[in-house]
Amino acid sequence: MSADAVIDARALRKEFIVRRSAGRFRRTRHAVAAVDGVDLRVERGELLGYIGPNGAGKSTTLKMLTGVLMPTGGEVRVCGLVPVTQRRRLAARIGVVFGQRSQLWWDLPLRDSFELARHVWQVPAADHAARLRPLRTQLDLDGFLDTPVRQLSLGQRMRGELTIALLHGPEVLFLDEPTIGLDVVSKQAVRAFLTDLRDRGDTTVVLTTHDLADIERLCRRLVVIDHGRVVHDGTLAALHERYGSRRRVVVELDEPLETAVKLPGVTQESSSADGRLITYSLDGSKTTAGALVARLAGLASLRDISVSEPEIEDVIARLYRAVAAPPPRSPSI
Amino acid sequence: MYRRRGVYRRLGVYRRLVGAQVRSHSAYRASFAIDLATNALIPIIDLIAVLAMFQVTRTLGGFDIVQVLVMYALAATSFAIADLAVGNIERIRFYVRQGLLDAVLVRPLSALGQLLAVDFTIRRVARIAVVLVVLSLAVSRAGVDWTPGRVALIVIAPLSGAVFFSALFVGTATVAFWWIESGEFANAFTYGGRDFTSYPITVYSGFFRRVFAFSLGFAFVGYYPALTLLGMTDPLGLPSWAGWLSPLVSMAAAGVAGLVWRLGIRHYRSTGS
Repeated sequence: MSADAVIDARALRKEFIVRRSAGRFRRTRHAVAAVDGVDLRVERGELLGYIGPNGAGKSTTLKMLTGVLMPTGGEVRVCGLVPVTQRRRLAARIGVVFGQRSQLWWDLPLRDSFELARHVWQVPAADHAARLRPLRTQLDLDGFLDTPVRQLSLGQRMRGELTIALLHGPEVLFLDEPTIGLDVVSKQAVRAFLTDLRDRGDTTVVLTTHDLADIERLCRRLVVIDHGRVVHDGTLAALHERYGSRRRVVVELDEPLETAVKLPGVTQESSSADGRLITYSLDGSKTTAGALVARLAGLASLRDISVSEPEIEDVIARLYRAVAAPPPRSPSI
Repeated sequence: MYRRRGVYRRLGVYRRLVGAQVRSHSAYRASFAIDLATNALIPIIDLIAVLAMFQVTRTLGGFDIVQVLVMYALAATSFAIADLAVGNIERIRFYVRQGLLDAVLVRPLSALGQLLAVDFTIRRVARIAVVLVVLSLAVSRAGVDWTPGRVALIVIAPLSGAVFFSALFVGTATVAFWWIESGEFANAFTYGGRDFTSYPITVYSGFFRRVFAFSLGFAFVGYYPALTLLGMTDPLGLPSWAGWLSPLVSMAAAGVAGLVWRLGIRHYRSTGS
């Protein structure tokens, strides 16, 4: 295993035993693989979006990487440590935000949770103060530091969770759906914070999300899993390319074209207003918007041009549909 | 040296976790007072149950009322200390069922230590106070011939019994990792064990006695330490120093419980997302 991979998982697998009733009294046991042979390498400083439909195995993977769940098979190292067997040493070096599992003390002021965290993670007081100060401004915590956690809004609580996860200066930050249920303003605050964290580059971040804006804004690398398997690992652009998502060019002309444009990779999708408003879709691997516009300019006078990027919703929806076909493997035992 | 400092520092962390818990609950002061009073009542009710036996008989399993009370008080003190220290581990069922252990496991502390600290309830201290009074009354009425050994034993026996019951609490609660709907399974052994040890084991017979008193070791919580304290011979034939086996039995129980716990935590399944 390479030294600079912060996370290195090979053929990672987690099976759960599920009992189903078969007949009135008989119950059969099935092993269902929630994570079914995931290979994952994350380099220091990367921000990785780990996405997939509900039940795809995202949280299960995260829990194996953080030492919460014991893998059924495969090998995994995080910060060079084996998560379950070296759980406590690993916990000192990673930060975790599981949205539904708060690290904060419910009945105490937020400030007290941070102070307790200082002792739990054995952070020297000076380091603690030095880390808390910028977090207070970046996440705008000062207004509710003395409010008991139970009285915080979801957005305020999430900002508290992010803070407590970072106070010990973790090398890796694991975020399980950090923006779920947040209002627009809080989402933007969390996203801006994570963008900043990513750009500073000293913390590796792995985040699961269903939020497409999170993916577009934050994740340079996406790992998509479904039925416990990795179905895509690469950039968002690569994902678009692979699933044939296309940029669109809409042109408005002074008069209709006499001959239709014929360029490799260009498809005319629609034409309206007597042929004066035309929508083309482009195959990014074969042509560019520039080539199309240059050709059009030679044929007619252009009044207006707009280029729209492919919708990530479409890609993800298409991707989930594409991988939804194979049924989950559930060997009976 | 470094290691010892580490241990102190870590104990300090658990103390802070307990402190946070106490502060969290300080909002509910009225219920605290009521809880304290209820907790003091519980051993008194148990005591009345034991005394009631002597309304219909003068000896129980060959022992008179004072001797039985020494056994009861040793067992009850052991149980009360264990209940204060680790009794809240029974809440592990809820943690496992709701997946709340996730948050505990991502902190660089012992999972067991955290669970005990975050659910620590000081109100159980009332029980210890009550049973200590019963123990000192019973021992003073029993006319113990105080040798240095017996003085040591009256301190060691309740502590080792507490370790034994603690092991029982942890070991049986851990079943929740395999069997989420374990319900009252653990209570059958913990509270059942407390009731079993409240009486001389000579009142039980045959298979039941062999299993509970000897295989599971309950005889070494109250019965044998009491015999050694009182300088009595065991009608079942063990030597008079058998009470001194109590710490060994407790160590063994703690070892088994620790093993079961470590296995259990690896069986933790968490819950979706």
